[in-house]
Amino acid sequence: MPDAAPHSTPTSTSESTSPVSAPAAAPAAASVPSPSGPHAWRVEAFRRRDVDDPEGGHARAALAEVGLAGLGDVRLGRGYLLPPTLSPDAVARAVRELLADPVLDDVRLYAPATVPAPSAAHRVLVARKPGVMDPSALTLERALRRAGILGAEEGGHVATFRAFEVPHGAGFDAAALAAAARRGLGNEVIETITVGSEALSYGVPSARPKHGRVTVTLSTLDDAALLALSESGQLSLDLVEMRAVQAHYQAACREPSIAELETIAQTWSEHCQHKTFRGLIEMDGQVIDNLLKSTIAAATHELAKPWCVSVFHDNAGVVEFEPDVDPERGGWCLAFKVETHNHPSAIDPYGGAGTGIGGVIRDILGVGLGAKPIANTDAFFVGPMDLPDARVPKGSMHPRRILRGVVAGVRDYGNRMGIPTTSGGVWFDEGYVANPLVYAGTVGLMPRDCVEKEIFPGDVILVVGGRTGRDGIHGATFSSVELHEESETEDAASVQIGDAIQEKRVLDGLLRARDLGLYRAVTDCGAGGLSSAIGEMGAAGKTKAGAATKGGALVDLERVPLKYPGLAPEEIWISEAQERMVLAVPPEHLAACIATFAAEDCEATAIGTFTDTGRLVLRYEGEVIGDMDLHFLHEGTPRPTRKATWTAPNLPDPGCPPPGDDPASADWNGALLALLRRPNVASKQWIVRQYDHEVQGMSVVKPFAGVRRDAPSDGVVLKPLASSQKGVALGSAAHPRYGILEPERMALASIDEALRNVVAVGGDPARTSLLDNFSWGNCKKPDRLGALVKASRACYDAAKAYGTPFISGKDSLNNEYRIGEESLAIPPTLYISALSIVPNVANCVTMDVKQKGNLLLLVGGTKAELGGSEYHAHLGLHGGTVPAPDLKKAPAVFAKLHGAMKLKQVLACHDLSEGGLAVALAEMCMAGGLGADVDLAVIDHEAFEAGYDTDATLLFSESCTRFLVEVEPGKKFNFQTKMMGVPCIPIGRVSGGTRIKVKGVDGRSVIDVSVDEAHAAFHGGFQG
Amino acid sequence: MSSAIGTKVKALVLRTAGTNCEDESVRALQRAGADAEMARTDAAARDVERLGAYGILVFAGGFSYGDDLGSGRVWGSELRAGGLGDALRRHVDRGGVILGVCNGFQVLVESGLFEPDAAPEERSIALYANASNHYECRWVTLREHGGNCAWLQDGLEWPCPVAHGEGRFVVKTAAALERLRANGQLALTYVGQGAGGAGYPANPNGAVADIAGITDPTGRVFGLMPHPERNIDPWNHPEWTRLQAAGQRREAGEGLSFWRRMVEFASK
Repeated sequence: MPDAAPHSTPTSTSESTSPVSAPAAAPAAASVPSPSGPHAWRVEAFRRRDVDDPEGGHARAALAEVGLAGLGDVRLGRGYLLPPTLSPDAVARAVRELLADPVLDDVRLYAPATVPAPSAAHRVLVARKPGVMDPSALTLERALRRAGILGAEEGGHVATFRAFEVPHGAGFDAAALAAAARRGLGNEVIETITVGSEALSYGVPSARPKHGRVTVTLSTLDDAALLALSESGQLSLDLVEMRAVQAHYQAACREPSIAELETIAQTWSEHCQHKTFRGLIEMDGQVIDNLLKSTIAAATHELAKPWCVSVFHDNAGVVEFEPDVDPERGGWCLAFKVETHNHPSAIDPYGGAGTGIGGVIRDILGVGLGAKPIANTDAFFVGPMDLPDARVPKGSMHPRRILRGVVAGVRDYGNRMGIPTTSGGVWFDEGYVANPLVYAGTVGLMPRDCVEKEIFPGDVILVVGGRTGRDGIHGATFSSVELHEESETEDAASVQIGDAIQEKRVLDGLLRARDLGLYRAVTDCGAGGLSSAIGEMGAAGKTKAGAATKGGALVDLERVPLKYPGLAPEEIWISEAQERMVLAVPPEHLAACIATFAAEDCEATAIGTFTDTGRLVLRYEGEVIGDMDLHFLHEGTPRPTRKATWTAPNLPDPGCPPPGDDPASADWNGALLALLRRPNVASKQWIVRQYDHEVQGMSVVKPFAGVRRDAPSDGVVLKPLASSQKGVALGSAAHPRYGILEPERMALASIDEALRNVVAVGGDPARTSLLDNFSWGNCKKPDRLGALVKASRACYDAAKAYGTPFISGKDSLNNEYRIGEESLAIPPTLYISALSIVPNVANCVTMDVKQKGNLLLLVGGTKAELGGSEYHAHLGLHGGTVPAPDLKKAPAVFAKLHGAMKLKQVLACHDLSEGGLAVALAEMCMAGGLGADVDLAVIDHEAFEAGYDTDATLLFSESCTRFLVEVEPGKKFNFQTKMMGVPCIPIGRVSGGTRIKVKGVDGRSVIDVSVDEAHAAFHGGFQG
Repeated sequence: MSSAIGTKVKALVLRTAGTNCEDESVRALQRAGADAEMARTDAAARDVERLGAYGILVFAGGFSYGDDLGSGRVWGSELRAGGLGDALRRHVDRGGVILGVCNGFQVLVESGLFEPDAAPEERSIALYANASNHYECRWVTLREHGGNCAWLQDGLEWPCPVAHGEGRFVVKTAAALERLRANGQLALTYVGQGAGGAGYPANPNGAVADIAGITDPTGRVFGLMPHPERNIDPWNHPEWTRLQAAGQRREAGEGLSFWRRMVEFASK
């Protein structure tokens, strides 16, 4: 019998001798009484001995990686704690129906107050701390109640844990295993990890003593005491802001309540208010009033594109997509937003990245009246995978652990939501070791008549989705402070963990309620929780005639559904529990709206009313615990004046030497293969394969191209409407290594590359919009802020030149890490995303060479621009000129190339980016499974300065606005005519062989490698 | 069959919390000529008589209840316990078709429809964690095996994407596999380049005997891990630009034919 995998199935066991594992009868396993054991039924489901255990194998690999030697076969048991009040029959039913598979599992069952008898193996128990979100436990509890195993009103909850059994080995003892398990099998921020103990906690987090309004005495505090209060209360307000709050309440002749102070802190946080971008900046003797308005948003405003439908004021930017389908609804629009979730991902990579993607999906659900998410994007910036353990700072995780965690977080959340994760990237640099960056983005599709929202006095405040717990308390203010050595040990319950299926329920209910017209406005609960969501919506009130009112809201906090009892009212108000949205519902539609969510098994609860009093009033069990002036809350933030300077790093130009000490013996093949191996260039297939990039059935250009379906596409294309041929192309770029040298050119180059990525696959450059996402160091420091100013100005210049408006953006401006007295900043990281309309998906182009004999044309001019290049990094060189586009010439290159694609003149197209021409050529050949013959001598270029070897510069320069294009010989004339005025010359041909061959300017062979060698180098790196 | 001659066969796509392929499944059925709509299984269970109007029921893919306790476990248990389980059996007895795609296949396995005579604890087949222990999204080649399924074309091979973490078809005993084979229930297999087994990654999950999809003893309950609804359009194929450059004219994705043949069978 053919057996597909080496350790595939239990088919070798004959029927008669098959071990019986009937969970129906699940006999109590060997146990001993223990008063310290959990007072709950305990179920452990292990894979049968004759079934392989991939999760156990995974755990074994994780332990081995953190240095545990001599490991045997590790097994994983999925553990459950069930209420002790259940009868033995009910537990047996739960096991049979829900907890064990009759083909795969052996079940061990322990009665309450007993624990497993000592076994021959070490047992490692990993369990979530009380109060930490556990979606599996919630699913189990719902299923038990639905099946009638647990009564609908019966008390008792369930918990889950993991039990690893590790055979005793000579190479380690229990202490070494415990140390390894803490690094390899769990995360101590949210989990308890024990070896040799059978104790498991079975409870809920301790309740705070109940309290109503708590007054904080502010009027008598001096500056030192104001700052001390800000710090001890985790308010993250500076002295000027604390004084403004003090003055406001002095003028009102009263003291603030704790709920009021918390609301101000959340609303005024850098995360919510973007104080740096909107403040005053002094640089080079000039004062910049609102950097955002005067650069990025100014470009959009001046371009005034009619297809920009909603920019910079809602949860996402919205552009027109297809006006001709469903014209009675105004046609269809696309919404796009990218967020950062850096600090939570540093503490808990899996949960941080998952809630990052969950949060940006809610931005799309909360734009206008809600859009349907159709694509996710993600980008990670992490330290090197091969960083020696000794270089990992105290309080940080190894970059490998961080990357695996964030990949798994995006995978599990995005895949469960049924949204294809299609576009993104990973960048590696030592500057991210202590402060990794996680960007998550979502594209949404919506009818145009759903773009606007409005709120009238009397509308009901409806909170829908997940329940509220202590999750993410102070998340908004936390993300606005620096990480420090103790960050990893923050309060467990405050770590945000996502529940994707809860969010899917919200999505299913929301889009149905939207199309039934049951609500007037919606926004998501993100940073700041209800305080930000309701505070923002409350300020947007209108009269039915359309005039703005003073706004206002009245909220009864005890009505908010809680995960567990004992939350203080201000905790309910600022909790960042995930998967919640707030709706404004006309009273006459309230019952229908709640019923629509109920049909999707999604809770919806009225918690208050929008008013026109201009006040945000909070009540708890009838007592007013906060009563704030909305105008002060939103407009009262003191605008800081910050100083900015920029001094270029004073580095000599290292030029561009050939690879090797003397030109005669230069190892060109070695250099190309080394570049293909470099983590920033090499395949990210191990990541992208774990994402469902095909769900919703819309993919036209996939993340992978070519005959082996493993070559990196420049951009991706989706076709979201069945009745339209139009597509949406997505691309993105970032160049932190450029940013360290020249932030201005970095921004120009990143915008150019994002545009190259979408144009290369068929996107229309004249219908392209951009997002900016800045992650920067502490911008209270003038040098960090100077780089930000320069990058922002470059964004304006490029957007204007290309006619590509920014439609949304976000910044994270405090990415520093304190070790003792030293504060380290990340490299300035601008992540640019591009969204482009493809007029007809049938004209899309992929990057794989198609046919022997076809011409390869180099589009665009090559300059000696290697500053921050991968080639320099490979040689250990720093300095030189950072690549930047010529903004006068570049727009025509994009327009003409797109015109040629519409005429089907282009068979393959790949942009030149990291690694330059050499890497682009190798990638196209690998993708097509075909070789090429290329001659550098035919390339027309300006003379390079001394120190720049001509061959090396032509091969490895990263000059912008360049493409390598495959054209049939018979279409060369037409293509070149179409490209008139743009450098566009044939530099070689696709060959019949399988070797990538390049001749240097003097006619000698420089590169000659086989497609297979290149493929092996490109795919041979870190595999997760 | 309840559908009248000359009218389109009615198809119902079933979903629950966490299902996420319902829209494209409806679209595929419509393109294939069916009159398709969707419903949640809890709503359907409150009105089981309504199922009599449908010739085809489709359990759509996704992550029902997050697959939290095992893929398809909670939804399958709900079907067994709720009123819908019996209604599904009556639908099959009436000559109706049931299709389960990916998570829908996992749910059908859990529901017991493939082994109608076995108690749930005697089930002999399962879909298990991929041998790679992680979720994978990639295109594979499938081969159809005539067997007991009337709408398959023996030997037909076509490309299709898979996207799952727990799609490894396993059997409890060798005898169980032989029983499936003898009954003609091994409907769909993964195909590799050379002779012998498909091998990874052509067989993306390590399934025994390269099994990608099976039928029940009637041939009318069909479950498969791959997603034919994601290869409906001419430009879904991962190499459509190469095929086009080589002169191939593409009108539709290869997956559409699978849906069409099923709809045609159910229309008879």
